[in-house]
Amino acid sequence: MSDMTTKKSKAKRPLSPKRKEQSRREFLRSSVLTVGVVGVSLLGIIPVVQGTSIRLRPPGAIKTPFDEQEFFASCIKCGQCVQVCPVNAIKLADIEDGFGIGVPYIDARAQACDFSCDGLQCVLACPTGALTHHLDYPADTRMGFARLARPRACLAVQGKGFKGQARGPDYEGLLRYDEVDRWNPISVADHPYDLELCDLCVRQCPIEIRITQCAEKAKQAEASGDSGKVARVAEQHGNECPPKHAIALEPFELPNGETRMKPVIKEGCVGCGVCEMICPVESAAIVVDLDKTTDTLGG
Amino acid sequence: MRYIRDSLSQIFGNKPRRPSKEEQPSELLEIYQGKKGNLSKADVEAVRHEHHTGCCNKWQRRRWITLILVNVLFVVSYYFDVQLLEGALTASRFVGFHMADLNSALQVALAYKHIVLNLVIGTVTVFIMWILLGGRTFCSWVCPYHLLAEWTEYLHLWLVKKKLIKNHTFNRKVRGVFYVIFALLALISGYTVFETISPTGILSRALIYGPGVALIWVGALLLFEVFYSRRAWCRYVCPIGVTYGVVGVLSPLRVKYNAEACHHEGDCRKICMVPHVLDLTVRGAAYDINQDVGADCTRCGMCVDVCPTGSLTYEIKGLSKLL
Repeated sequence: MSDMTTKKSKAKRPLSPKRKEQSRREFLRSSVLTVGVVGVSLLGIIPVVQGTSIRLRPPGAIKTPFDEQEFFASCIKCGQCVQVCPVNAIKLADIEDGFGIGVPYIDARAQACDFSCDGLQCVLACPTGALTHHLDYPADTRMGFARLARPRACLAVQGKGFKGQARGPDYEGLLRYDEVDRWNPISVADHPYDLELCDLCVRQCPIEIRITQCAEKAKQAEASGDSGKVARVAEQHGNECPPKHAIALEPFELPNGETRMKPVIKEGCVGCGVCEMICPVESAAIVVDLDKTTDTLGG
Repeated sequence: MRYIRDSLSQIFGNKPRRPSKEEQPSELLEIYQGKKGNLSKADVEAVRHEHHTGCCNKWQRRRWITLILVNVLFVVSYYFDVQLLEGALTASRFVGFHMADLNSALQVALAYKHIVLNLVIGTVTVFIMWILLGGRTFCSWVCPYHLLAEWTEYLHLWLVKKKLIKNHTFNRKVRGVFYVIFALLALISGYTVFETISPTGILSRALIYGPGVALIWVGALLLFEVFYSRRAWCRYVCPIGVTYGVVGVLSPLRVKYNAEACHHEGDCRKICMVPHVLDLTVRGAAYDINQDVGADCTRCGMCVDVCPTGSLTYEIKGLSKLL
């Protein structure tokens, strides 16, 4: 072979035909590997384009209803938000969400965010700002917007009450009931209701609960006659007391002239999903829409 | 300087440069010369045999224990809510201090084009930590995929030995190409494209938050490595290895090679995941009697374990002088 005759030198010797063939094959293999691996990684765009990766996200997620690109980009997929949530509402998406793999989401029907951490712990835990710190109170959140999707299934619309466990004995979801335990959420199955008219979605709404608590505080402050206290509560009304109602039962008239009540969603709704979670009918009469928030309603 | 230059060159896929005789000190040449004809196969075999019966895989055992402990610490922190090491390998908090995987942080920074302070703190902390600990030490001492791949590698080697399959190599430059492609994809698309297929992230999250469909991808990678190409992901694809490799260039923790007693029989190169870094153990290939193994080395210690003559040892540059 030719390279046997060439002198040993630092210059590159021409490769033998066999080596040449080997290196040609290795180059081809490497090219196929590159195309293959990059190709597989790019498959992740499919769920994003199809919109199937859009989900209910934790409070503060930097996204618009239809565009989660910034949220996917900024999330480092570590799950620290998952770990701090007291009701275990946050889950991490699997590979079927493509680029959204490892990004946190909330399945409201299984376990909604009831803000029982009070301090928006997930936001505080986020190391990258994917859950933005420009958010101080639950009322500042914009996760989605609730809608009475199946009014005829709604017990209030039917004029019915509700007795028993809201989601049955096997339901594992948690909620915080201040009157039971101020600090620890308990199982919804351990907290049966007995209501003459079902108002669970209004009763359990975290925004409504806070508005009621604030109103009570204001009343107490006024009764105490301490002007400083009154001022403090008034100040609270500006921030952690939700400024706007989220949901209320309102009367409406049936074609036959009978008056019934139905849940009406108000401007203050943040889309946390507790109404969807607690709704006792299967499937939920009230759901959270992801394609709008209270800020995008007017347009 | 040559160490940094050669390390970077090897990380991005170039073949190790061999020194000319003029570049080698005369003492080294004498050592090489002295070995010529003085090492019979039987002698080498005897030393080898004695080494293998007398000792054990000390570093491998320590490494496996460390790797499992680190990953278990993540799991335990979450399950028992002890808040020691919260998060996953991509980003975490160690007793409250932010830590961020350098490659994940880079992907996020490129895709999001905006970095918050917490991420800077976490990245700098981890950067300093791995400078001290050896860069690609992350791969062999922490990465859960490395351990799985190491176990399935035994199956691959057995199949090759039985001549049931053949190992297929790739051009090592392809890993640098992947690195650039994934960086550009993050920058252009605005998505952390690599995270979608990163077995390190997938496995870490699966351990902590429960298994998912994504594990099928990890399984597919392992099968590819068993039946087609030995340690293909770590050797030819993974950008995490490149990132930590570059960090390791600055690290004082290295594996040191001493040419004096070396038999050049090549056991170290056979077990090494990145055998190009051990090219200096070939007779005539070292620059000096004592030379550090390049930064693409994962500091796994397999060569330290296997070397029958003790020619490969861990060292902490500068510290040995102090002591």
